[in-house]
Amino acid sequence: MSAKPILEVVDLVKSFGALVVTDRVSLNIVPGELHALIGPNGAGKSTLINQITGELEADSGSIYYEQSLINPKNVSTRARLGISRAYQVPQLFPSMTVAEHLIVADIAASRSGFQMWKKSAGLNDLSLHQKGLLEQVGLSHLASKTTASLAHGEKRQLELVLCLASQAKLLILDEPLAGLGPSESEQMIALLSSLKTKYGILLVEHDMDAVFSLADRVSVLVNGAIIASGTVQMIKNDPLVKSAYLGDEINAH
Amino acid sequence: MWTFGAIFLLAILIPLFDHVYYTKLVTRISVFAIAAVSLDLVVGFVGRVSLGHAAFFGIGVYSAGILANLGITQIWIVMPVAITLAAVIGCFIGAISLRTSGLYFIFITLAFSQMLFFTAQGLRMYGGDDGFTLPAATKWFWGFDLSQPRVLAYTMIAALIGVVYIAQRVMGSNFGKVILASRDNPRKVNSMGLMPYPYQLTLFTISACMCAVGGVGYANLNEYVSPASISWIQSGEFLFMVILGSAGTILGPILGAAAFVCMEQVFSTWTEYWMFCLGIILMLRVLFLKRGLMGLITKNGQ
Amino acid sequence: MSLGLFIEQVFNGLQLGMILFLMAVGVTLTFGVMNLINLAHGSMLMLGAFLIAFATSSVKSFGLAILLAMALVFALSWTIEKVLVKYLYSKSHLDQVLATFGLSLFLNDAVIMIWGREPLFVNLPTWLEGPVQFTAEFSYPLYRLVITAVAIFAGIVLWFLLTKTRLGMQIRAGAEKREMIGALGVNINFLFTAVFAMSAILAALAGIMLGPMLSVQSGMGEPLLILSLAVVVIGGIGSLKGALYAAILVGLVDTLGRMVWPNLLGAIVGNIVSNAAIYILMAFVIAIRPAGLFGRRMG
Repeated sequence: MSAKPILEVVDLVKSFGALVVTDRVSLNIVPGELHALIGPNGAGKSTLINQITGELEADSGSIYYEQSLINPKNVSTRARLGISRAYQVPQLFPSMTVAEHLIVADIAASRSGFQMWKKSAGLNDLSLHQKGLLEQVGLSHLASKTTASLAHGEKRQLELVLCLASQAKLLILDEPLAGLGPSESEQMIALLSSLKTKYGILLVEHDMDAVFSLADRVSVLVNGAIIASGTVQMIKNDPLVKSAYLGDEINAH
Repeated sequence: MWTFGAIFLLAILIPLFDHVYYTKLVTRISVFAIAAVSLDLVVGFVGRVSLGHAAFFGIGVYSAGILANLGITQIWIVMPVAITLAAVIGCFIGAISLRTSGLYFIFITLAFSQMLFFTAQGLRMYGGDDGFTLPAATKWFWGFDLSQPRVLAYTMIAALIGVVYIAQRVMGSNFGKVILASRDNPRKVNSMGLMPYPYQLTLFTISACMCAVGGVGYANLNEYVSPASISWIQSGEFLFMVILGSAGTILGPILGAAAFVCMEQVFSTWTEYWMFCLGIILMLRVLFLKRGLMGLITKNGQ
Repeated sequence: MSLGLFIEQVFNGLQLGMILFLMAVGVTLTFGVMNLINLAHGSMLMLGAFLIAFATSSVKSFGLAILLAMALVFALSWTIEKVLVKYLYSKSHLDQVLATFGLSLFLNDAVIMIWGREPLFVNLPTWLEGPVQFTAEFSYPLYRLVITAVAIFAGIVLWFLLTKTRLGMQIRAGAEKREMIGALGVNINFLFTAVFAMSAILAALAGIMLGPMLSVQSGMGEPLLILSLAVVVIGGIGSLKGALYAAILVGLVDTLGRMVWPNLLGAIVGNIVSNAAIYILMAFVIAIRPAGLFGRRMG
């Protein structure tokens, strides 16, 4: 893992008034790596992610994507460069069908949004790649259903699939396992596992089983600061991490 | 879509009879339907309430009037001028307004149309607040001109069909998908790599152009040009047609326009207080009718 | 242009500003607390004017007439809230626009049905007429001074109500963060009705005061309503401070502008710009600060 990082965050700082929510955070992700970000609730994980995707502007510090500075760039520009985010609460289009979501993702990726006269692709025009994606997450039979009628787990699957449907190189996954039942979790973990090495992945999660089985490296965020960063073994054995976050959980492993 | 087939047939057949009143009724419905469909693009598809579309309607009205005053009446000139003017002003208004949403958007579109209203009122050489009579009707060729009720009716029906066709094609394209996605969840659209703003601005401008086409017809229908066509009450009436017919359906507003014009005609024969009745109907519509006329039709089987 | 004329126009501008402030407060409160767009707000001003005309022709004392007019407006707005408005809170902005638009059409025609199409006139008691002589050269109508003073007084009463009373605290909390109202354990129905009635009274007060100065007729409230919407947009929705500053700004810019533009730009263009100036200002403010000068929330 000595390749150039696909994402590099250097000394990022963000405050809301007197409250420092991002405290000189630095981390990096190399291509093909699955890097987990863990920490207690309120540690500032969402805020950090929002600064990486561009929804929030940092007060100071730098964010590099493929070695170039992306701080001044807005959300859609960063997305076009290859940063794709799966939101914790699935962000979907309630009036559109599952298939139409993929079509929109394709329109975005192929920059063909200003085609105003030709009829857009429909359910029957899905490419092999798109059909394959739906099969991978078991949503093929729901292709023509509007997302408003989907179950929570199905919405999460779609949320993740939309990241894969774009031409992303860096995936930012915000608690993809939250709210999933045991078999759904298994499916999701298997899916995430299959994504390793193909993408750089920043995984925010609370499920320690998943984190320790999937992650190449782990960074621990507490009160806005990274208190530890390293391989799964290192993190498991780090006393600081144990007292701040993992506590008794660690003894079970 | 039997209802629309029937309406269309009626619209085509009525002007064939020599009954001026009913022919003009069909024209009036067509003109307002054009305005309502154009407004629906913004209200139903971009998803913002514009209280200023009368501005674009008025641009069409005044284009026809002022050009006629200058001796220019060929429809091949009048229409493009109206459309171009509406495109420029619409793009300007949209560029500023679309940076806002919700209440701010409503107020800003209202304010811009007020600016145009005052401008029209202030044109003393064109009658100021009273307006002026259309000196000459807009002309086709071979001696057909829009002062002939039948010609005007068919022209406006054709224009309406054109407007609906363009709207359907645009909304069925990739562009339309981006617009719908942006209406549902602009945050997600951004995180997919697209920015809603340019798309919404484009659709807003198209909407303005279409509305102006209706305005040209309106000037010829009334043979009169006045600032009343730019008033906020006119904007409110267009909104009413959209919601009466169901927003976001393209065809719905046509029903809304038809219903509005019929109510207008019926009520004004009963009483001089037509606005009073319209007000009550508006309040009742909002309180009791859930889905608009289009919802009634599609529920009963298309 | 003489100094006297300039000062007179500044006074007029402040007066217009205070009137707009009364209107704008109503708009910003109803939207801030109840998320309600009310296009019938201008009709409240109109009703105030009609009712003072009615009251002064019914009772001898001007003071009594004012109280009577305000009581009638209060009763009317309470009724309107209970019969129509309270069903609108949960509806979309489009529905609210249309329903309140319908209400304004209804009221505008209703006053014609009751009082006819001819404008009414309100007679001022003699002790309110006449000029106040400031200097040998400069005098200003007493009544206009009184209006400005009354509006400022109403503003102070409002400030007192909002900062020193329990109801006021609830209203301010609601205007700033609507979600808080439920948590405060407040009787929401009562609060909403109170806010609506309050904003109607302020608008009607503006109408009562303008009645003697303008011709009282159907639709007289709309131009001021639309101008007050511009004030709210410039000041920022939900901000009372913004409403005050923006109202004074708009009042001065509008009044002084009407003096200046025709001189600068000629009669026709000057007239157009005079009418449109505020909206141009509004577009400018929105372009650089989409939430208004003091606004915290978007729409």
